[in-house]
Amino acid sequence: MIRVENLTKRFGSRTAVDNISFEVGRGEIVGFLGPNGAGKSTTMKILASYLPATSGTASIGGHDVFSESLQSRRRIGYMPENVPLYTDMRVNEYLKYRGALKGLGGRKLRDALASVKELTNLVEVEKRIIGSLSRGFRQRVGLADALLHEPDFLILDEPTAGLDPNQIRQVRDLIKNLGKTHTILLSTHILSEVEMTCSRVLIINKGKIEASDTPENLVRQMRTAGGILLEARTAQDDGAALLKTLPGVREVTEKKEDGWQIYQLRLEAQADPREDIYRLAVSRHWEVRELSRLKGTLEDVFVELTHADH
Amino acid sequence: MLKFLTLWNRELASYFQSAVAYVVLFFFLLATGWNFQWVITLINSAPTEVTVVQGFFNNFFFWFPFVLIFPLITMRTFSEEFKLGTIETLMTAPVTDLQVVLAKYLGALVFYCVLWLPSLLYFVFFRSITGSEAAGSPGSLWGAYGMIFLIGMFYIAIGCLASVLTNNQIVAAVISGVSVSLLFFLGVISLFALDINQGLKDLLSYFSAIEHMGTFSKGIIDSRPIVFYLSTTLLILSFTYHIFQRRRWKN
Repeated sequence: MIRVENLTKRFGSRTAVDNISFEVGRGEIVGFLGPNGAGKSTTMKILASYLPATSGTASIGGHDVFSESLQSRRRIGYMPENVPLYTDMRVNEYLKYRGALKGLGGRKLRDALASVKELTNLVEVEKRIIGSLSRGFRQRVGLADALLHEPDFLILDEPTAGLDPNQIRQVRDLIKNLGKTHTILLSTHILSEVEMTCSRVLIINKGKIEASDTPENLVRQMRTAGGILLEARTAQDDGAALLKTLPGVREVTEKKEDGWQIYQLRLEAQADPREDIYRLAVSRHWEVRELSRLKGTLEDVFVELTHADH
Repeated sequence: MLKFLTLWNRELASYFQSAVAYVVLFFFLLATGWNFQWVITLINSAPTEVTVVQGFFNNFFFWFPFVLIFPLITMRTFSEEFKLGTIETLMTAPVTDLQVVLAKYLGALVFYCVLWLPSLLYFVFFRSITGSEAAGSPGSLWGAYGMIFLIGMFYIAIGCLASVLTNNQIVAAVISGVSVSLLFFLGVISLFALDINQGLKDLLSYFSAIEHMGTFSKGIIDSRPIVFYLSTTLLILSFTYHIFQRRRWKN
């Protein structure tokens, strides 16, 4: 269990993390989502015992990250953003060194190395110098390092940043698999990734947590998420005004495209006026070429929650 | 203990994987070789009472490169890690601050010792070729190397302190170079400034590396310099540790 209570971090006059509290339970994969500078990395650095908090507490597996920092660090696999590595070492050498620092030795180390290299597909580059590796491989070395000592908790700061789509998919699948046996907190900009891998999302902006829920719940609750798309020919009718009278319709925007009117309807929560729209169209003799539901996405939620300040 | 050894081993290995180490090694050996050659020539040219060892460790060609190598050896110990950001992966592993600081210090110190090992050969060759001893007594040779180690301990600690203060290797090199030179000069003053009073001269000679080496290379093992170097090294190391902790945990 990762537990954060009233955590605040100030850098001089700037408040990077503003009194946040959250928990990540055993076996959860929680995604930290937020614009740049929101405080995601700072929070993770505090959890990894790299930065001290200004106030508040954070604990990993019951160990306070500041006062029981060694115990806490033993149970975490941390991957910082920009994955800093010793570029003059070889992959094998580096992982062996990191394994030793984490308390592995002898047979345990050898087995851990083998399994981690296989898991992250590093076997083909195991003898290469890290400085000669591409971004994708370096990221995998960082991930391998985090996994070495089979920690219960994984804290991954933008684990897919800078990777190509193939590599992203591999890492994403890996994380999903790891989620079965580890407790994971990861941060990302890629909304689809959060939707696909995370059981819960924490949306953070300007140091505060704006929302914390499953991706589906968040989307469902956001009023502006999704809507209805209607493409029709309404002849003389003022389609927008008529549509607005339907129950559940909050707002209608209209666009004209070679003779057709394109209406986007924003709805009240949980409303689905498609049947009413159909009946209206039939009774007014409109020609309809599309009537569909626009599924809300996490991006809508994200933008709605964070756009006001930009 | 095992983790400390792992860290220490890594520090040492990283020296020998860097180009700087070999460049320093090369020029240092060049300088010590030249020094040795110069001493032999000097002794050959006129009758003197100075032994080879005494001559070797007490001239300009010894002290000049000696003072210069410390910034080069120590400038990257901490600065590079801070600058590259690898300090983050290092300190999020379950290792203590003390293990890290000591490992870096001792890595530099061992490298410094490695620099000096080949010079032992000069005296071995001297003995085998000429049949006579390079030193007046065994204590003279071991005293000289002992002093090299003691002074090295202190100056390497200063270099590490300079390195932990900044992210920039060049700045670290300048800080340690200037500090080491200033300390060294404290000792030189007592030799040159003739019009300062005797009390001050005596005081300064306690700090003088030249004085210390002078006595030790004669075979006189004085406990006062030993205490001086051990205590100042500990002092500087504790500053280094304190500053490292401050950079890590300061709010």
